[in-house]
Amino acid sequence: MALPKLKADATEARLAPLSLPQGGAAWAEAARHDALNRVGAMGLPARRDEYWRYTNPADLLSPQAPRAALFVSDELPPFDAVDRLKVVFVDGVIDPAQSDDLTLAGLEITTLADALSQDAHWSREVFGQLEARGQKPVERAFAALNTAFAAEGVVIRAMGKAAKPVSLIYRRSTETADALMHHVIRVESGADLSVLENGPAAARLNTVMEVDVADGGAFHHVRTQGRDRERRAATHIFARVGEGATYKSFTLTVNGALTRNETVIEILGDDAVAHVAGACLGDGADFNHDDTVFITHDALRCESRQVFKKVLKNGATGIFQGKILVKPGAQKTDGYQISQSLLLDDDSQFLAKPELEIYADDVACSHGSTSGAIDETALFYLRSRGVPEKEAVDLLTLAFLAEAMDEIEDQALADDLRGRLVAWLRRRH
Amino acid sequence: MSSVKEIEVREGVDRETVEKVAALSGKYKHGWETEIETEYAPKGLNTDIVRLISEKNGEPAWMTEWRLQAFARWQTMTEPKWAMVNYPEIDFQDQYYYARPKSMMQKPKSLDEVDPKLLATYAKLGIPLKEQMILAGVDGAEDMPSEGRKVAVDAVFDSVSVGTTFKEELKKAGVIFCAISEAIREYPDLVKKYLGSVVPVTDNYYATLNSAVFSDGSFVYIPPGVRCPMELSTYFRINAENTGQFERTLIIADKGSFVSYLEGCTAPKRDQAQLHAAVVEIVIEEDAEVKYSTVQNWYPGDENGKGGIYNFVTKRADCRGDRAKVMWTQVETGSAVTWKYPSCILRGEASQGEFYSIAITNNMQQADTGTKMVHLGANTRSRIVSKGISAGQAQNTYRGLVSMHPKAKNSRNYTQCDSLLIGDKCGAHTVPYIEVKNNSSRVEHEATTSKVDDDQMFYCLSRGIGEEEAVALIVNGFCKEVLQALPMEFAMEAQQLVAISLEGSVG
Repeated sequence: MALPKLKADATEARLAPLSLPQGGAAWAEAARHDALNRVGAMGLPARRDEYWRYTNPADLLSPQAPRAALFVSDELPPFDAVDRLKVVFVDGVIDPAQSDDLTLAGLEITTLADALSQDAHWSREVFGQLEARGQKPVERAFAALNTAFAAEGVVIRAMGKAAKPVSLIYRRSTETADALMHHVIRVESGADLSVLENGPAAARLNTVMEVDVADGGAFHHVRTQGRDRERRAATHIFARVGEGATYKSFTLTVNGALTRNETVIEILGDDAVAHVAGACLGDGADFNHDDTVFITHDALRCESRQVFKKVLKNGATGIFQGKILVKPGAQKTDGYQISQSLLLDDDSQFLAKPELEIYADDVACSHGSTSGAIDETALFYLRSRGVPEKEAVDLLTLAFLAEAMDEIEDQALADDLRGRLVAWLRRRH
Repeated sequence: MSSVKEIEVREGVDRETVEKVAALSGKYKHGWETEIETEYAPKGLNTDIVRLISEKNGEPAWMTEWRLQAFARWQTMTEPKWAMVNYPEIDFQDQYYYARPKSMMQKPKSLDEVDPKLLATYAKLGIPLKEQMILAGVDGAEDMPSEGRKVAVDAVFDSVSVGTTFKEELKKAGVIFCAISEAIREYPDLVKKYLGSVVPVTDNYYATLNSAVFSDGSFVYIPPGVRCPMELSTYFRINAENTGQFERTLIIADKGSFVSYLEGCTAPKRDQAQLHAAVVEIVIEEDAEVKYSTVQNWYPGDENGKGGIYNFVTKRADCRGDRAKVMWTQVETGSAVTWKYPSCILRGEASQGEFYSIAITNNMQQADTGTKMVHLGANTRSRIVSKGISAGQAQNTYRGLVSMHPKAKNSRNYTQCDSLLIGDKCGAHTVPYIEVKNNSSRVEHEATTSKVDDDQMFYCLSRGIGEEEAVALIVNGFCKEVLQALPMEFAMEAQQLVAISLEGSVG
């Protein structure tokens, strides 16, 4: 079916300044062309698309990235105290000088450009493949655009338990950096890998992370999207989870003019576990934070969790679109989804669409969604015990976020982020 | 019952529940047809048909114009595709838009003059068109004491209203209850003022189509301060083949008034699907209250999905005045495809909207139903309780919107959606939209597919009630919440229809 003219024009305008990366092996070129064809067939999102009803994609559609002032922070970046393997990207381009040597026991790490130039690289089974699978039933055209045009990224294969986490650090040096990054990860059977992400990345960022967790593998992902106020980001994770495997991801977001975090997980093996969680602090009318999650259960006895908490003030907008799809035969599924917002003032808003689509009868799936102001009784209790009002609000805010923060399995990382939250809450006052 | 045994029933699902659902679907008891000479408008849809319908109803020019504008608009619209229902493309030119029994060519002046065949039809449906003390549709009602409650009935047969009972008695109370075609002629000012004011002509594809071609329906006006002396009811019957029914209901509850309104509907078994696209508009002024209850029992099609009614309905209540209240209760058991979202616009301060729904789908039935609660005024409240039961290869979707606008301070919504699946070939889906734009309002949404609330369970267990018993207690209590919201006349029928134990919802 031909695209409506407006959509076709907008797509063409966005693609005009881009060019397909060169130097890939034949399979990589083919994957990129397929992705480009996908973009052409579906067109980039428009304001009236159902899947974008709450987030305006305009800033992601403009041919050039909207200018975003650099953000100077005087605090230590997250995860600084953690022993990790650092891979540094500046304006979306890998910087070997700032990065560690890409060798670590149990891992095979290389750059996207390197992996895609090899004729028989394992990543050919993952690159663009998981993204393509994730286009149904809902189209994610920005992800296909990423597959077609991204030249930068890391490719990681875990074959055992990684000695330390791989930390992707994003820095930015200009006000107009428009970054496309594509990471490909495969966790082999029985292997265990943690990936950390932090940093401002770009004025406008589009990332895709394809994660293939084989039977019995474990993947942990902790990400912070920092205080960089004006940046815009569309991130996508496409995960495939095998039998008895574990996938866990947590994202902490503070500020940012636009954040759209899409997570698409397909559980294909029995007894697997997939958790996605997020906590966000939004301040100001220019803050728009959108968590869009789609988890498909296609195996027996699997567990999935979606835990999203948003604290919003001064006109901030928080969005949650979550879905649990239980396919026919995916019996004994345990699916849970909670999305909650704490609105600290009257101008902020929370928009949610928590969906269930269930085709199996022996399942326990539930979702909950709430929105409201801070509990006056709890506040009064704290005040009556001599806690100053601002501190009391901070305490209740932390308590509200706790369920999401608890999804971080590594205690050192969890403590780091909790400490940061406290500091961020304090410095606002 | 043999088909029942083929269903793989998981542990915990009450066998009785499964059988009752099957029994319900196998025995559509209103599938017979009345043999009556019928006059049709030519097949197809165009401005001539729109004019013809208007002319048949003896409408004034402004009404014809209103319809034509709607029709022009409809031609520019496309059919909505977002609902989780699948059905073959509808050929809007391949059906009749107007069918009336020949004996209705001259409108009967009183019920005594109505064609006995029509009277017999309604009697067979359990809706005797007599002004007698009777509980419609209830077996054994004849034994009720003579001072039993009265229910006024407006009976719509295909495209026309056959008759309305208790009109005179209602008139004494100042209540207007008549066919909408009559209201357009007799009370043009009221109709002009309110028609299309809740569901605008341009609202959606089916509502616009209805605005162009609606043939009849009911009109209710309750004057200020009047508590309607009896329950009002409209019974819709589709009889003619290949004919769409497009009825329009307009209810106006003026300041401080109250009315309880019931709606029922059935159709004969036919191999070909039939279209039913209704619009119901309710206007509720200050301190007034309307209870609107539906038992929707259109022919659902056979086990293989052949035939049945496509039920595309727009129902909306506008709580215009402060403290206005509306309560929608629906038991949806029929129709091949249901697309229906009775909604509440909570405009007046402290106005209230409630929505209670049981939707049962079996075999190849598909239902996409729910509600919209649009909170515009301060201190408004809404409550949604929806239970979906899916069996066979049916698909059952709850789709709803709760919207708290910036000015709807201190408002409150509570939503509970529960689904039960019987068998592994069916589906149950939940698609809620929640939009909160102020922080003094509280919105809570819960949906489960199988579990009883843990806290309630814990409470019962801690009081020494056994698990089985606790589950029965909680689930029964929950189902009753919807059933009890129905007026007595319907509660009986609904219980017969539902007659389902939800015990199986505990996994």
